[in-house]
Amino acid sequence: MTASVHAHDDDDERPAWSLPSAAVRRIALDNPLPERVDREWAFAGATGRGVKVCVVDSGIEAGHPAVGAVAGAVAVSVDADGNTVVVPDEEGDLCGHGTACAGVIRALAPEAEIHSVRVLGSGFTGTGKVLLAGLRWAVEQDYTVINMSLSTTKRAFSEVLREIADTAYFKRTVLVASAHNMPVESFPWRFSSVISVGSHEEDDPMTFYANPDPPVEFFARGVDVKVAWLGGSTITATGNSFAAPCISALGALVLSKHPRLTPFQLKSVLYLTASNVGAPA
Amino acid sequence: MSDDLHAAVAAGVLPAEECFAELLGAIVEVARAIFHARGSSIFLYDEQTDELVFAAVASAEERSLLGRRIPASTGIAGWVLASRTPLVIDDLENDPRFARDVAERTGYVPEGLMAVPLLHEERALGVLQVLDRPSRSRFSLEEMELLGLFGTQAAVALDLLASARRARAALDGDGAASVVARVAAALERLDEERRDAAQALLRDLERLFAP
Repeated sequence: MTASVHAHDDDDERPAWSLPSAAVRRIALDNPLPERVDREWAFAGATGRGVKVCVVDSGIEAGHPAVGAVAGAVAVSVDADGNTVVVPDEEGDLCGHGTACAGVIRALAPEAEIHSVRVLGSGFTGTGKVLLAGLRWAVEQDYTVINMSLSTTKRAFSEVLREIADTAYFKRTVLVASAHNMPVESFPWRFSSVISVGSHEEDDPMTFYANPDPPVEFFARGVDVKVAWLGGSTITATGNSFAAPCISALGALVLSKHPRLTPFQLKSVLYLTASNVGAPA
Repeated sequence: MSDDLHAAVAAGVLPAEECFAELLGAIVEVARAIFHARGSSIFLYDEQTDELVFAAVASAEERSLLGRRIPASTGIAGWVLASRTPLVIDDLENDPRFARDVAERTGYVPEGLMAVPLLHEERALGVLQVLDRPSRSRFSLEEMELLGLFGTQAAVALDLLASARRARAALDGDGAASVVARVAAALERLDEERRDAAQALLRDLERLFAP
């Protein structure tokens, strides 16, 4: 058997279950972290160019001054037979929320390619199913970063969601999810394969904290945030929903500068550059 | 059926639907007072029609909204319900679509709103909104937490209301539940001596049905 110790180079290779001595030299990492990881190394000068960020939400209003071009948009819904269908999205944003998230990303990562997967707006019944199908579709598209500022409380969906989140993790798609700020069990933000984000009260998108006491892993700006909304408007909004795209955008910056980082490495870089860890307060 | 039967019999001793509606009303009143807001309301999700129905309001100017329905699939309340995520928004007057839609439906356009999903166990039962709290320099996470607490309380009340409605439907039907409930209600009305005799009879019946 040939040991495929560098599986991500070729999807057809068998996964590396073990590492024969002869293969050790072949797993030299192509993107080792420097001795000191700081913000200068991590994302200084980065614009998000070359990174595809997907917003799984209520759709995005393309052409909004704070969002600009949307590279692709699909809508997910359930058909009469109960099957989920993915079609090009002609309606844009039905609420404003997805546009808000996209605007937060655009402000920090101006050259990132933004995509939209709309999982809301076709009725409440079946939302969980649509959310699942939308996330699965997004993971299949090989986006670099997927932002999910929503969750489901349906336990029946949690195992499938966990599998999708793990698939994303292993294929180098970073899944960033907003944490719930109510005492309820919801998913996928609680999974360790995603990056979960809660809010802090400071008015600075570059201030973010690593939480020593997970499941919430990071805190980013989420209170009184000026966000893009429908009809080209801007409103002030509060919620973990707006903290998650902050971290998605920072992730996009890091990955545009260091594209070979795995989600594990990216999480480490975010940790090491967090305001309460490596970065000056 | 067993859930409905249980609920139906329980309805003989539990308060009526009106009491839960009153409880919802009290929750929005307190929410409005705590946040010094202009209004507060609770939407109940109607699964049959996929709509949100105004189930409680706090202020007189909102009274006409009671019973009104809006589609559950769009708008901020719809998003909060579907995403199960709380949201606080100010400067809503900047959103022309929201202002127009809401004005058409309700005649009352808030400048800002706080909305929290009403989650009970795995289900999203509705949405609690607090409208037009006074504009301040900064919103705080403490207020968000408070909103969440109100949401939890309202969700329990809404769950009770839903149970009461299920019980009422079972009672109004012609299944076994309605017979048992009528017997239970009649039992309550008997004088002491006859009630003792009836209870003895029911206990015998219970033994008869025991597996």
